[in-house]
Amino acid sequence: MNSSGFMLLAAQEHGLLHNVWIYIAIMALVTYLIRMLPLTLLRKEIKNRILKSFLYYVPYVTLSVMTFPAILHATQSIYSGAAGFFTALLLAYKKQSLPVVAVFSCLVVFLLELVI
Amino acid sequence: MVGLKRPDITQGYFYGSHITKDHGRNGGMRGIKPAGQEEPQQKTRPDTRRYQFKEGLRDGMPIALGYLAVSFTLGIQAKEAGMGIWEATVMSLVNLTSAGEFAALTIISTASSYLEMAISQLVINLRYMLMSFALSQKVAPELSVPHRMGMAFGVTDEIFGISVGREGKLDPFYNYGAMSVAVPGWTIGTLLGVVMGNVLPDSVVSALSLALYGMFLAIIIPKSGEDKHVLVAVIVAMTASWLCSRLPVLRDISAGTRIIALTVVIAFLAAVAFPVGEEEEAHHEQ
Repeated sequence: MNSSGFMLLAAQEHGLLHNVWIYIAIMALVTYLIRMLPLTLLRKEIKNRILKSFLYYVPYVTLSVMTFPAILHATQSIYSGAAGFFTALLLAYKKQSLPVVAVFSCLVVFLLELVI
Repeated sequence: MVGLKRPDITQGYFYGSHITKDHGRNGGMRGIKPAGQEEPQQKTRPDTRRYQFKEGLRDGMPIALGYLAVSFTLGIQAKEAGMGIWEATVMSLVNLTSAGEFAALTIISTASSYLEMAISQLVINLRYMLMSFALSQKVAPELSVPHRMGMAFGVTDEIFGISVGREGKLDPFYNYGAMSVAVPGWTIGTLLGVVMGNVLPDSVVSALSLALYGMFLAIIIPKSGEDKHVLVAVIVAMTASWLCSRLPVLRDISAGTRIIALTVVIAFLAAVAFPVGEEEEAHHEQ
C-alpha cells in the first residue's frame, strides 16, 4: 500500500476524533495572526539603524533562499528548470516587468520540454 | 499583452505630476526614498485607489497563474488525504499558504492533535511575520487599522514580493488588487485539483510551476544591479540555501525552517556589514 493510501486509512480510523473544520479554523487563525500582528501593532517608523537595515535586506534574502535551488526542481526536468532560471535572470537583468519575466521563462520551459 | 501598457497620463489616473514617474515597473526597484519625499495625499484620492488597484491586478495576474498550478496539485493531494471538495476549497480560501497547507494535509490525514496543527503552522509560516514587519515600514504610518488588517490577509511570499517592489509608500489598494486575483486563483485551483485530478497535462503544470520563481527573480535581480550590497546578500543567500539542501543533516531540515533560519541569519549579517545609511539612500536614488 502506498503512503497516501495508508494516510487515508488512518484518517478513516481516526475520523471521529478530529473534526476537519476545526483543523482548518485553527490553521487559519494561527496563520492570520502571524500576518496581522506586526503590521497592525507597529505604527511607528523604526529608527534603529541595524533593525531598519535588517528589514531592508529581509525580502531579497528570503526570495533568494526560496528561489534557489527550488527553481531547478520546480519543473519536470532539471534542465528545463535551469533554462527557465537563466531566462528569468537575463530578462530581469534587462529590467523587464514582472509578467514578462514570468511568462517568457514559463514559455521557455514549455518549449524545451517538448523537445527533451 | 493585456496590462503591460504604460500608464497614460491623459486617462485621468493622475491628479498631479508628482506621481507620473515609473510606478515600480520594470521590476520596480528604484531605491528607498529618503523620508519626507513621499506623496502624502496619494492614497486618499479615489482615482489613485483605482489606479493602484489596477496595478495590483496586473502584477497579481502571473501570481494567480502560478497559484492555480500549485494549488491544483495541492487539491489532488488533499483528495488523496481524504478531504472533501468544500473542506479543501475553504482551507485554501482562508489560509492562502502553500507550505502550510501541504503540511496540514499530513496532519489532518494522520489525525494528529490540534496543538500540533497550531505549532506546525506557526513555524512554517513564521516568515510571514518577518514580511509583515517589513510591510509595516512600507505603508504610511497613518494607515488605518482596518486597511492593515485587510492587507495582512494577503501577506504571501509572492504578494509580499511585488509589494516591496513598489516605489514609495505602499498603498493598500495595490495589495487588494493583487489579492483579488491571487486569492481566487489559489482557491479555484484547489477546487479544480480535487474535482478534476490529473486532467491538465504535466507539461503545462510543469511550465506554470516556474512562474512564481520567475517573478521572484524579477524582484531580486534589478535591485541587485543597483545595490551591490543586495547583490552580495542575494549570492550568499542562494549559495547557503543550495548548501543547506545538499549537505547531510542540514538537508533534513524542513524547507520552512530553512527559509526562516537563513533569512534571519543572512539579513542580520548584511545589516551589520552594510547598514543602510542616509547617504546611501540618497545615492541609490540616482
